[in-house]
Amino acid sequence: MPEPPPIQQLSADEIAEIEHEAAAYPTRQPLGLEALRIVQQYRGWVSDGALQALAHYLKVPVAELDSLATYYQLIFRQPVGREVMLLCNSASCWVMGCSRVQKHIRQQLNIGPGETTADGIFTLLETPCLGDCDKAPVMMVGTEMHRQLDSEKIDALIRALRERHHSED
Amino acid sequence: MRIDTSLRTPLTKNIRAGTSGAVPLDDYRKNGGYRGLQKALTMPPRDISKLVQDAGLRGRGGAGFNTGLKWSFVPSQEDYSGQRYLVCNADEMEPGAFKDRYLLERDPHLLLEGMAIAARAIGATRAYIFLRGEYPLAAERLRSAIAEAESASLLGPGVFGGKFSLQVHLHRSAGNYICGEETALLNALEGKRAIPRAKPPFPQVSGLWGCPTVVNNVETLCNLPHLLMLGAEWYRSLGRGKNAGSKLFGVSGRVKTPGLWELPMGTPIREIVEQCGGGMQPGYQLRGLLPGGGSTDFLGPQHLDLAMDYDVIGKAGSRMGTGTILVLDDKTCPVGLVLNLQRFFARESCGWCTPCRDGLPWVVDILERIEQGHGKKQDLDLLQELAHRMGPGKTFCALAPGAAEPLESSLNLFLADYVAHIEQGSCPYAQNTAPLMETI
Repeated sequence: MPEPPPIQQLSADEIAEIEHEAAAYPTRQPLGLEALRIVQQYRGWVSDGALQALAHYLKVPVAELDSLATYYQLIFRQPVGREVMLLCNSASCWVMGCSRVQKHIRQQLNIGPGETTADGIFTLLETPCLGDCDKAPVMMVGTEMHRQLDSEKIDALIRALRERHHSED
Repeated sequence: MRIDTSLRTPLTKNIRAGTSGAVPLDDYRKNGGYRGLQKALTMPPRDISKLVQDAGLRGRGGAGFNTGLKWSFVPSQEDYSGQRYLVCNADEMEPGAFKDRYLLERDPHLLLEGMAIAARAIGATRAYIFLRGEYPLAAERLRSAIAEAESASLLGPGVFGGKFSLQVHLHRSAGNYICGEETALLNALEGKRAIPRAKPPFPQVSGLWGCPTVVNNVETLCNLPHLLMLGAEWYRSLGRGKNAGSKLFGVSGRVKTPGLWELPMGTPIREIVEQCGGGMQPGYQLRGLLPGGGSTDFLGPQHLDLAMDYDVIGKAGSRMGTGTILVLDDKTCPVGLVLNLQRFFARESCGWCTPCRDGLPWVVDILERIEQGHGKKQDLDLLQELAHRMGPGKTFCALAPGAAEPLESSLNLFLADYVAHIEQGSCPYAQNTAPLMETI
């Protein structure tokens, strides 16, 4: 039997943010998703240990909370890179060539959807329509939209993000 | 200040060309903002519903149900004195739809004022904006607009110093198309997995936490401030045909100038695609179009002169849906586009009922085979049968019937393309179309 993961502690900031959201709802059940989102904001993803800590804090079964965590595409139950690239793969972006964009990312970073680069900087994910169809193909990285993508724009973006993280290290 | 009744673009009038920020509260109020709410507060709630019903405002989320009529199913104050909720559906995720994002990011106060009017009409004192997780800029701007409105007593306790109160909360979701289905959305807000509920009971009777609840789309709510100020007759006069009001229409795909415009309801498709969108890019011909998002039936070049309104497009066998048109050109594989759409629907299915959970992956499987040149003639009958089995009335919600619309219509409009794939044993568009997308 593998060892169960250690339960992590929630930080005071995380708890304060969760409780801030509590005021918006008449019951505590809606806090599940809010809490997952808040923890992910601080930690990048929701580990088993963090999930257990949240379940314990919210007094709900771990499995119940995990059923929510695994339901939502933007809650990450696996580690992701420091830059998550959400590449729109919906109809307008497909017509305008998002598969070529995806292929170019594969060539430059050697990752496909759901994969992270070995240096831990980039994760590529496919995402449904980002609602920017007149500027297709588009991708969201962090909170930034990148529009009318082509190979040059992708190369420039990758270069800029890589430099930012290398200078931070 | 009087608002000019010659106004034709109430949804976008505050948004200045060449800017990219949200309309500030001061500018919004200088342009007559929150006057519609002020007017609504002088009216008995029932009269507000009646006005909106008479104006002929229909739900801009895609279904096109009369908004005032939808509100009228909420029990009256005499019959029910408990909590009621208003929910703004800002979970825009329909493939090819990009209209609500624009309103949310550019004029958040128009939405907040619309919400306050709707809340007043149905007697709600609590409202939620259910915003998709992928719209962080909209989240930031809504949050500051709510704070601005509260500090100016336009929202919160004692609106305009009177008895009416409204708490507006921003709920940020985290993905999943099914959350846009109104009963799945209610489950998601309650903190449950977003699985649709059986209807009846309808949300107006038993919605959030069992209380009467109205769910309205962003664009629908944004119609209310000017409708209240300028009246039903003015509102009806905005439309060109039988349908009332103005509408955000968009075009994406290989046109010269893709974009989004506020136009009269009933504007012909040709005008939107050729005048606003500039027509097809050089070297491309129009093969077909999805009139209102990924879950509407394909129309062909023969339909270009149809008016974009709920009834005309409905009669032609499709739906106006969101009003954001996706154009299919002659260099793009129609089977590939249908496969792209079906992959989306298969992935977004919540798995609750069988036709959707089992039918959609099966459809994807068959379409992949055809696209890769391994299809058989019998596959086309099977696709027809599956489209039929996922159709209206056979599922809990509209996701699978929506997926069946582009599938079934493509089998009629682009049958020759399906047959060519099968007979040729490969995709005839292979040299133009990029390879199949990788997927998890």
